[in-house]
Amino acid sequence: MDKLSLIFNSFPTLLEGTWVTLKITFLSLGLGLVIALPLSFGQVYGGKGFKAFVVVYERIFRSIPELVILFLIFYGFPRAGIRFSPFTAVILGLGIRSAAYQSQIFRGAIQSISATQMRAARSLGMTKFQGFRHVVLPQAFRVALPPWANEFTIVLKDSSLAYALGVTELLRQGGYIISTSYEPMLIYLTIAAIYFIITFAVNRSLKKLEEALAIPGFEIKESIR
Amino acid sequence: MKKGFLVVILILLAVFAIGKTYMVGTSADFPPFEYVEDGKYVGFDMDLIRAIADEMGFKVVIVDMAFDSLIAALASGNLDIVIAGMTITEEREQVVDFSTPYWVADQSVVVSEGSGLSITVLFGDHDIGVQTGTTGDLWVEENLVNTKILTGQFKRYETFVLAMTDLVNGNVDAIVLDSPVAEMYAKSRPVEIVGIIKTGEEYGIAVQEGNKELLNLINEGIKRLQESGKIEEIISKYF
Repeated sequence: MDKLSLIFNSFPTLLEGTWVTLKITFLSLGLGLVIALPLSFGQVYGGKGFKAFVVVYERIFRSIPELVILFLIFYGFPRAGIRFSPFTAVILGLGIRSAAYQSQIFRGAIQSISATQMRAARSLGMTKFQGFRHVVLPQAFRVALPPWANEFTIVLKDSSLAYALGVTELLRQGGYIISTSYEPMLIYLTIAAIYFIITFAVNRSLKKLEEALAIPGFEIKESIR
Repeated sequence: MKKGFLVVILILLAVFAIGKTYMVGTSADFPPFEYVEDGKYVGFDMDLIRAIADEMGFKVVIVDMAFDSLIAALASGNLDIVIAGMTITEEREQVVDFSTPYWVADQSVVVSEGSGLSITVLFGDHDIGVQTGTTGDLWVEENLVNTKILTGQFKRYETFVLAMTDLVNGNVDAIVLDSPVAEMYAKSRPVEIVGIIKTGEEYGIAVQEGNKELLNLINEGIKRLQESGKIEEIISKYF
């Protein structure tokens, strides 16, 4: 088989893997988001106890390698009688780690909005929640977007660890083709291209969103285009 | 009389097990034993376990994962059976139970075509590569590295294809690898086998430690397939 037709023939298989990779990425990011939002609010506005809890959570999950987290969930929990499918274990593992990072993205974003804005909102008669909802959040959201896009690419790439638990995502599908075609470089290049296209497309979209939400004169980033 | 009793028990076991589904773990990147073709798990091991399942009346679901994870998954109960061209070793036997051997393999010494190297590549200042965790890995370390017979570098690779690629690229002098896998590779790539190391390692099917019932089922299946000649049929299909 010549090399071009190998790539061509591999594509359906690789796309199947890409679909699994995308599912892992979006579900993990979503789970991470759902956990991270309350954590970040708690860390900014919460009591001492909650703040301490968030710090511990964040330190723990940022310090352990992702693969170790996955192994602990998949092989550890059955000992306590809780059994996850490989796919669920991967979503959980990537999700709770991503939550640790995302909580810091949102905490930083919220804190980057000057506290005087909240005071101003309060002085207009808004409740604390209204002030957050109408004044702080819209601004913090824009600040959080670029680092969040970065978190997306991290989760996307880490989803390749899923194969260690038996989830057949993009990299694993590639592994199948390599083991019979004996063409590692060709397949890895194709896989790299697929990861690149996804990352590029999503980052572009988020960038467009950021620009759509931009308020002239309220930009933090440099203006070089 | 005693034998008849055993057969009755086994048949009872088989009947009892009808419809039962077992999770079978493999690492589908080891042709011709297990690999993927048109999205299906195929290879000698895959046909064998399916034939055993048919023969003994149970069902199997093939689960693919990294080779290194298989034993852990078996121990934690996420898998019931592992068939992955796995050599029966003492270390592994401490954690899992193995069936009767269904395959005997040796290690091949592979060099680049036209390199002029012979089996003596295993001695002195040569660089040798292996696939991590395989018997070739253990053999080279024990017999060549620890004894200082080999003074060159000893390199471990994640998969045998990567090891072979590095060989073809000229970064190592030889690769030591399970012979059927090496032979298959040498058919289509510029490498040649210059020697066989008679390690006589035996491949076994692994189950959880102490799962006698399932182990007996598998062993009886292997026996029957050997007697009926079905195993030969599968062998000639892949080798």
